[in-house]
Amino acid sequence: MRLLYFAWVRERIGKPDEEVDLPASVRTVGDLVAWLQGRGEEYAYAFENAAVIRAAIDRNHAKPDTAIAGAREIAFFPPMTGG
Amino acid sequence: MGVRLQREDFDIGAEIAALSAGRTDVGAVASFTGICRGGDIVAMTLEHYPGMAEAEIERHVEEAQSRWPLLGVTVIHRHGRLVPGDNIVLVATASQHREAAFAAAEFLMDYLKTRAPFWKKEERAGGDGWVEARQSDDAAAARWSGRRPEAAE
Repeated sequence: MRLLYFAWVRERIGKPDEEVDLPASVRTVGDLVAWLQGRGEEYAYAFENAAVIRAAIDRNHAKPDTAIAGAREIAFFPPMTGG
Repeated sequence: MGVRLQREDFDIGAEIAALSAGRTDVGAVASFTGICRGGDIVAMTLEHYPGMAEAEIERHVEEAQSRWPLLGVTVIHRHGRLVPGDNIVLVATASQHREAAFAAAEFLMDYLKTRAPFWKKEERAGGDGWVEARQSDDAAAARWSGRRPEAAE
């Protein structure tokens, strides 16, 4: 599965994207955040306040309880500040 | 209907004129231009999520079209590095009457601010920093939830 990171989430993790193989126990966006938090200091820092991080599955906004089964691309980013 | 993401500037006058060019059914065109403000900002860089940004704006344009009788919509959002005075975003809407054009333009801007995947990083004399989302923007977008045109004052 491809993960994408934007803005300060990208800066904290130190890369814009990566491919990961997820354990079967990771079923939702929230599970994925918890899994990522355990991958190292940079991930723990990026997701230290997980409640503010937004996610998108295949380019659609998703919530922490959204299932990730079948997803090709999941993105994590801060609240948006365009316009 | 046109949604464009680009690094280059856009011609506000030409974009507005294009919405009514060659047709006589348009009675109103409303537009909003967002501009990079100066003050203590040296520049800002707009990061976006390619693919999702276009898709998300197009979803909101479709939503606007379902709510109001629009005859044309143009949304242009720039990305990359911008300096004070530069245009950032243009939303222009065309309709037979002003109510739909005004309301749809405001609706689209409110959603662009809170749902379109763009992030601003400001360069200041004291250092760089990501712009924080404003609660007032969330509140502005939330007021459209469940609200239909006929319910508008």
